[in-house]
Amino acid sequence: MASTYEPIATTTLGSGQGLVTFASIPATYTDLRLVYTGTGSATIPFALQFNNDTGSNYSYTLLYGTGSSAASTRGTSQTEGYVGNVWTDQNTIIVDIMNYSNTTTYKTQISRANSAGNRVAAWVNLWRSTAAINKIDITATGGGSYQTGSTFTLYGIKAA
Amino acid sequence: MLNVITGVHGAGTPPVTNSYESIATVTVGAGGSGTISFTSIPSTYKHLQIRATVLESNDGVMGFRFGNGSIDSGNNYTIHELYGTGSSASAYAATAQNNIGINYNYSASPLSSAPSVAVVDILDYANTSKNKTLRALCGVDYNGSGYVRLDSGLWLSTAAINAIDIVAYSGKTFNQYSSFALYGIKG
Repeated sequence: MASTYEPIATTTLGSGQGLVTFASIPATYTDLRLVYTGTGSATIPFALQFNNDTGSNYSYTLLYGTGSSAASTRGTSQTEGYVGNVWTDQNTIIVDIMNYSNTTTYKTQISRANSAGNRVAAWVNLWRSTAAINKIDITATGGGSYQTGSTFTLYGIKAA
Repeated sequence: MLNVITGVHGAGTPPVTNSYESIATVTVGAGGSGTISFTSIPSTYKHLQIRATVLESNDGVMGFRFGNGSIDSGNNYTIHELYGTGSSASAYAATAQNNIGINYNYSASPLSSAPSVAVVDILDYANTSKNKTLRALCGVDYNGSGYVRLDSGLWLSTAAINAIDIVAYSGKTFNQYSSFALYGIKG
């Protein structure tokens, strides 16, 4: 059988950046997986914008545990899709961007975000668009940045 | 093996070529489907993964049943859930179930074009010495409602899994454009 899980692109930061972009994403896969490891300049969001859409077309539901309590929150009509938070200690975030190239349904992402010194979390995010995703901007809003050495890898997963 | 683990579970190292393979995909057509079936699953992998994008006709979970040849629809499954509703975190468990229910879809979805999604791992599925475990990360957001869930399930059988049924809740259907993709992961 053909290989079905392939790296598309990797970015490793040589300096702090508030924006990381994956562009010209081929439509030939079924799902995308975005894998992040790194640190933040402060506690900052790990937020996605698709296809340059900066409108209020994103929403999320979050479940998290802090080590002393578990909670759930929600954000509606956001201008970015929140799929994690990044702290100043080491973080890992894995985002599954499901059925990203279909032009029939809205786009749902599911993610796990882990910072051993802070919290473990699961997120679901919705982008209210039926457009195929061909560009992803990863933004640290609020003036923060992803720090030197942070890595962002985009994989394509192809179903039979 | 390490490359497979880190590649699949996210440390960024790509897996060895052909260690993660697509086995079969079911995409629901017009009219919907009440059951999605994977049969004749080869025993040559170490683990299975199902990646699903789901539009469902009514409220309810989607239920996993396993089998070796014939599907086990007896009360031989247990489940645990940890889920967030956007306002609270809750947990649930049940024994003696006739399926492992994961995910959840709302009837007359507030956003009919918003699919729920699930990434489901079935570990050591062909082993004949262990009962079989499933874990899932799933959820849906409707811009004002929805949930995110961590599910785990147990099939009380040491039989190797070569058949999987995914059943829509209580006689309902998975709607057109729902898709279920089965992958094999080599060890």
